[in-house]
Amino acid sequence: MSLSLQNLSLPRFGRDATPVNPAHSVVPQSGPTATLTTFTAGAMTFLCVFALALSLASGRLADRWSDALARTATIRISAPPDQMKLQTDAILTLLASTPGVASSRALTDAEQRALLEPWFGPDLPLDALPIPRLIEIVEADPGYDGEGLRQRLAAEAPGAVLDDHTRWRRPLAEAAGRIRLLGILSIGLIGAAMAAMITLAASAALAANAEVIRVLRLVGAKDSYIARAFVRRFTVRSFTGATIGAVAGLIGVAFLPAADAAGGFLTGLGFVGSGWLWPFALPPLAALLAFAATRRAAFAKLKELT
Amino acid sequence: MESAVLAARRAVFAENARPNRGREKCVIAFQNVAHSYGGGDLLTDVSVRLAPGSFHFLTGPSGSGKSTFLKLAYAELYPTAGEVTIFDRDTQTLTRDDVAITRRRIGIVHQDCKFLDHLSLAANMALPFTVAGRECDPQDLDDLLAWVGLKHLANALPPSLSGGERQRAALARAVIVGPEVILADEPTGNVDWEMSLRILTLLVELNRMGKTILVATHDLNLIRQAKSQVATRVLRIAQQKVQLAGADL
Repeated sequence: MSLSLQNLSLPRFGRDATPVNPAHSVVPQSGPTATLTTFTAGAMTFLCVFALALSLASGRLADRWSDALARTATIRISAPPDQMKLQTDAILTLLASTPGVASSRALTDAEQRALLEPWFGPDLPLDALPIPRLIEIVEADPGYDGEGLRQRLAAEAPGAVLDDHTRWRRPLAEAAGRIRLLGILSIGLIGAAMAAMITLAASAALAANAEVIRVLRLVGAKDSYIARAFVRRFTVRSFTGATIGAVAGLIGVAFLPAADAAGGFLTGLGFVGSGWLWPFALPPLAALLAFAATRRAAFAKLKELT
Repeated sequence: MESAVLAARRAVFAENARPNRGREKCVIAFQNVAHSYGGGDLLTDVSVRLAPGSFHFLTGPSGSGKSTFLKLAYAELYPTAGEVTIFDRDTQTLTRDDVAITRRRIGIVHQDCKFLDHLSLAANMALPFTVAGRECDPQDLDDLLAWVGLKHLANALPPSLSGGERQRAALARAVIVGPEVILADEPTGNVDWEMSLRILTLLVELNRMGKTILVATHDLNLIRQAKSQVATRVLRIAQQKVQLAGADL
């Protein structure tokens, strides 16, 4: 062993040179928390994609139902058979001169038969049954005065009733709105659960590396330096897991049945147009969440450990 | 007798040669310090001042509080009474970041060395640079490894090193950033006499370079050997107090 210090001036260490080891390598790589974090982020993001699809689909439905029902109204005429044609014509004439009504027409027998077909079958004898005549109204913008129209109908055709769809539209729009809210709440809960799990995993990783942390503190490491090593690792793992989860979720949504009238709400679940881009925002959000959760956990745990 | 005179002359020479001589700043000071782990006091009314460039031994039986004294000296522990100042700052007023920065001015050698087993010896030695966000010159690292006789083990992992090699590596890591103080807790506790002397020689050389040295040890032979090479003071912990030892060593 050479004991000469002639060529060694200790304070000169630290001049321009290449790094011996990068900062993030001071914490051991392996550990069960690595897999756990990636899996958690992946599973949560997968669920998040479906919650997002549900939320967007219910939002679309709420808007569609509201718009469609809000622009139309129906007049139902219940009159004796010999009066029916007379009252129908009178009402159509009245509607043609009513401000705010864009168009109106009486449904044909075929259309009325189609409406009743689910309950009475295809061979319904419309002529033999006292079925009311329906008139469809399409509103202009601005719309008509509902109360005024009702009063004029009462005068012209006592058997006519105006149904402006409010009693149908409101609960449907409310239901769709609540489903959308539930979807958003689910996304929030999934995010909170992911933050909690990452916090636990980060705390476990810090506890498992307590001796490493003691050594680092001993040689002069600040908390921010130690935390950075863990935060970087958990952020990367969460981003990786979330990316896998988002892609898997997108594939799952893509394989859902396409929307059709017979399937109703369930077949409309999915993304439309630019909606397909939303899931790609999830991995960066998951990484941001992991960054904040790990950083908070790291600083709290470091105060406990050293 | 002759060796004692020689030692004294060396001490005078060393004292004159110290770059910090004449500076009144106290490196580490204990003022009426007490420490307790929850039961009775382990240390009571301890007042000690380590002058810049001094060489102190701290001795006492096992469990007497030597390690606790050292931990107080690098702010791993805080006094339950009294005041510990490091570089003229009360440790109780230091933030966690302040403690970290202060430790960059103190080289700490533990009996169990405290390495990161997944990093090579060279990487472990460079840790003080790494955590400070500075870069270590590989040539300087080579020089330091050669100084402690471990150049051929630069890429070895700590678990593969012998006790003596680990102690020398720990000493090298402690001095790599050029600290002003070296605190060593039983640095020769796990090595044979020959290796103890080699480690002592390294500490003496560092002291001659102006470093303040405090070595906790129960090895009186090591202290006697050091006294023949450099001017040292011996602090003895007995009955919870720290006293300056006399010539009875």
